[in-house]
Amino acid sequence: MTEARVGKRPGRPSEPGLKSASRAKPRVAVVVFPGSNDVADAQLALERLGADPVLVWHADEELPAVGGVVLPGGFSYGDYLRAGAIARFSPAMRAVADFAADGGFVLGICNGFQVLCEAGLLPGALRPNESLAFVCRDVSLRVERADVPLLSGCEVGQRLTIPVKHGEGCYFADAELLGQLEAGNQIVLRYDADNPNGSLDDIACVINSEGNVMGLMPHPEHAVDPLLGSSDGSLILGAIVERARERLLAPA
Amino acid sequence: MKATVLVRPKPGILDPQGKAVEASLRHLGFAVDDARIGRLVDLEVDASDPEQARAEVERMCAELLANPLIESYEIELTEET
Repeated sequence: MTEARVGKRPGRPSEPGLKSASRAKPRVAVVVFPGSNDVADAQLALERLGADPVLVWHADEELPAVGGVVLPGGFSYGDYLRAGAIARFSPAMRAVADFAADGGFVLGICNGFQVLCEAGLLPGALRPNESLAFVCRDVSLRVERADVPLLSGCEVGQRLTIPVKHGEGCYFADAELLGQLEAGNQIVLRYDADNPNGSLDDIACVINSEGNVMGLMPHPEHAVDPLLGSSDGSLILGAIVERARERLLAPA
Repeated sequence: MKATVLVRPKPGILDPQGKAVEASLRHLGFAVDDARIGRLVDLEVDASDPEQARAEVERMCAELLANPLIESYEIELTEET
């Protein structure tokens, strides 16, 4: 196991979404399952936001020394059985579960969200879209909480424009679980007026009760450049970069 | 020993596939009030004792074949002849 690289790398201008003036480039793992297809975008976005992304293959039993983990979008293991159901048993996911149990920050995007739900690291389940159609478009999200570690760059009530692209994003929780989520303030982003998949109570993003694991259907990694319509995704990915930096710089 | 697992969306869970099939059946003129679509898994279980086989399949359902939040399941065992 190598030590986290925290040395200076000159030449990269500071990017929006980063509050720290530190030049350290925190390592953030991007887990690659067979069928993950947003790896390159996640990698690029993390790089732009000042991180040093490291790809971790699903068969790897250990994570390298990283400060955060991103589970990217795609169709891990072909989405066979249920989306995310097979990926949850990969060796890398056991390592991710240990990392999360140790307080490490984990962000699941789209298929990554589905994997986290199937793995029991996040509450709830994602079902086929109400329309049965694959949706691929920008949506507006309303920030419900900004006092959570992975939304620290946002403000409550803020509207974020971030694209969705999924066939199974209809979030479901039974009445008892929904009550727990509301009581614990674990619903942190909702679709604003335009629910693309029929998800319960317009839920787009939830966190675990500890707040270090977060999953969302929209794709922040596709929204880090105004040229592509929005850079609001930087606020979310920028937060995990910051948390990773803090974790790696914190005295052991 | 052969085992068949039937996995169904729980009552109250939105089943858009079932809705689409129901609408198509009505379109064809069938008097259908509801259609729900589940999944059938045929298994060949390496166990001679039905009790042991059932216990194994129960574990398979709990760990992988069904998501208890949204799906229910039934297990049927058939002794090979």
